[in-house]
Amino acid sequence: MSFVSDTLDLLRGETKADRVVPRSGQAAKLTVAVSGAMAFLAVFALALSLASGRLADRWSAALAQSSTIRLSAPAAEMEAQTWAVLTVLEQTPGVDSARALSDDEQRALLEPWFGPDLPVADLPVPRLIEIIETPEGYDATGLRQRLAAEAPGAVLDDHTRWRRPLVAAADRLRLLGWLSMALILASTAAMITLAAQAALASNQQVIRVMRLVGARDVYIARAFVRRFTRRAITGAAAGAAIGMLAVALLPRAAEEGGFLTGLGFQGAGWLLPLVIPLLAGVTAFWATRIAAFRTLGGLR
Amino acid sequence: MIDMQDAAFGYGADPILSAISLRLAPGSFHFLTGPSGAGKTTFLKLCYGELVATSGAVTIFGQDAGTLDRDRVAKTRQRIGVVHQDCEFLDHLPIRENIALPLIVSGRDGPAQDANLDELIAWVGLSARAHARPPELSGGERQRAALARAIIMDPDLILADEPTGNVDWDMSLRLLQLLCELNKMGKTVLIATHDMALIRAAKAQVQARVLRLAGGRISAAGADL
Repeated sequence: MSFVSDTLDLLRGETKADRVVPRSGQAAKLTVAVSGAMAFLAVFALALSLASGRLADRWSAALAQSSTIRLSAPAAEMEAQTWAVLTVLEQTPGVDSARALSDDEQRALLEPWFGPDLPVADLPVPRLIEIIETPEGYDATGLRQRLAAEAPGAVLDDHTRWRRPLVAAADRLRLLGWLSMALILASTAAMITLAAQAALASNQQVIRVMRLVGARDVYIARAFVRRFTRRAITGAAAGAAIGMLAVALLPRAAEEGGFLTGLGFQGAGWLLPLVIPLLAGVTAFWATRIAAFRTLGGLR
Repeated sequence: MIDMQDAAFGYGADPILSAISLRLAPGSFHFLTGPSGAGKTTFLKLCYGELVATSGAVTIFGQDAGTLDRDRVAKTRQRIGVVHQDCEFLDHLPIRENIALPLIVSGRDGPAQDANLDELIAWVGLSARAHARPPELSGGERQRAALARAIIMDPDLILADEPTGNVDWDMSLRLLQLLCELNKMGKTVLIATHDMALIRAAKAQVQARVLRLAGGRISAAGADL
């Protein structure tokens, strides 16, 4: 039984061979229901995975292209060392722009912790210098050495220690999404295998009669495989459609909503859930085929 | 056609059949008789490959039954018509499709076969019941339908296991007559039965041989009626 010929068979309507398996039964309803429910969940797992991927990319890109120099120096030397740092940065390949944050900007950064009336000028608060990198980036080790020579109080923070856990978390979330997809597929396969085994067990008489009149295992298995694959595709198509509708009805991505409002598909990503019914069909095909041959192998 | 050489079959230590040696020649008519539990059904199953002899050799159409793979067994069964006492059908299909089932599974069904199918259904007297479901048929109608299904592929060998067990005497005679007609057409027929009256009734129609099965062995083999 080749996969290609059976796939072509599936595209045809019900044949006389299909009719030998009774239509009704709990196994039939179970297959459609399980496929539908699993496809619905798969749409969300897929959406989660894609959203996590986008988030990881965004965080990675945003943090990777900016860095900060923290300059600590006596008040009398602060201005001179700031200019020294900016001069070094101007001459550093890979630095697109650099600027020292104003007192107001620094006050805004500290406001969540110290309140609105913080006298920044009177406090030994380090001066922050923001660096925007070119896409190629700069040589952090070389820059640190030059800063140590020109402005000893300057410390370069290239955000690596902030970026890594964030990106790792997003990547882990993306992985969890794909893992969920795999688990959903495995659960679908297990449920369809059980349903197929139940159908095969309840159709022992059909199988006995078929063997008696000279039907080959392939013929009998095909009748069950076609029936279950069609049911799985039908159920999964309905589940995926409902899942896509539910995702479409989620609130649009908004800055203030953060990650939760970004859960969904974008552009061509909307085509991906359409693969779920096909995956369900392939899963049902193999699950039923293996169950059918295992059952038939016990007969002669 | 069927050749057994010292064939035996059993589950575990106790053999059901032992030291069976016989040959069913093409065109012959045999009765297999013996008490209930003597192993008649087991013998028939050896003949159509549902069981494999635990020792000795069984040859079906010149093929060693012990070495046939599942596909070859299926292919071989297309040359053997089997009628069981309980004649199982696919209850969700009309009797016409049940009779055509061997054609369907072998890919030989189609418009060209429809006339033959209708002719066969008429021959067994089921034209008026062709679209009924199996549970709607009487015992005799089911037996005739099973016989029609057994011969739709024009098999060389017909095996019938207590085919008259669930029908009245008139219907038994009718079924016997159908089997005798098939034998006259050149088919090999083997009927397992404990109905001696049926065996005697066959005497007037065909030359049949009686195989008596007792204690797991064939005895009185070759006794002509």
